[in-house]
Amino acid sequence: MNIPVRPVVAGLLVIGLTAAVLTKARAGGDDYFPPVKDKLTVDECGSCHMAFPPAMLPAASWRRMMVELDDHFGDNASLDPQTAAHVTRYLVDNAADAGGRRYGRKLMKGVPAGASPQRITELPKWVREHDEVSRSEWQHKDVGSKANCLACHVDANDGYFEDD
Amino acid sequence: MTPTRYAIGFLCAFGLASTAIGGPRETLIDRYAAAAKAADAGFAGFSAARGETLHRTQYNMGKADTPACTSCHGNDTRSAGRTRTRKPIEPMALSVSPERYKDIAKVEKWFKRNCDEVLGRECTPLEKGDWLAYMMNQ
Repeated sequence: MNIPVRPVVAGLLVIGLTAAVLTKARAGGDDYFPPVKDKLTVDECGSCHMAFPPAMLPAASWRRMMVELDDHFGDNASLDPQTAAHVTRYLVDNAADAGGRRYGRKLMKGVPAGASPQRITELPKWVREHDEVSRSEWQHKDVGSKANCLACHVDANDGYFEDD
Repeated sequence: MTPTRYAIGFLCAFGLASTAIGGPRETLIDRYAAAAKAADAGFAGFSAARGETLHRTQYNMGKADTPACTSCHGNDTRSAGRTRTRKPIEPMALSVSPERYKDIAKVEKWFKRNCDEVLGRECTPLEKGDWLAYMMNQ
């Protein structure tokens, strides 16, 4: 029997590539950061702002942030020591250079090893990704703050930060 | 209002009060009342009216972007407020947020943070009790 090799190979290639792309898309590709699943961390971090995914900052950042909660971007957000220890452990375990490496690796591009940046919105990759957003869009009454991811990324609470 | 209606109203209020006795909210109010009395022997109970004034006054004594409680909680106690990152805050009025004020540690945590942000200091037990009286009345 004469099997047409080329069309079969081409077909398999298409199927394979499609599957690869779909798998990546399902995981969210570069735009997926697993949301916080720890209840205490959601409650404590998520009452004033979205509970940002731990894979968006390296472990050193979270450690520093959690010992500087008495001046948390100008607010006193201090927690009792037991709660702070629990939240720190969760954030550090899932940080961009720890358990969350798979998701956070790209966002860490340009962040020197050992650095402890505090604002996700000042990471070089974040700045590049948002350079198309105009000043007036940032100041729109429904946005108001760069910490308000949900204003544009409607599925941010599920971990999806794709362009909308 | 007829005397019968007064009586019914009274019985309802009494019934509500007695079902609430011993709950965490009452524990909290009792604690603030004891502290308020210790600070001022003339303490004669909390006032929802004083609580409303506390809630609505533009103090400008804490952080610049939070001159008043209403800066984040909004003017209507029965509607949602929003934080400065635009995250919604459930309404403060007990009538629309019936789960509020049950967790003493949580109430204390937020009084501590928010009084500091608005007033630049901690709230007194009198202020806390007045404010709670206002919200429980809403």
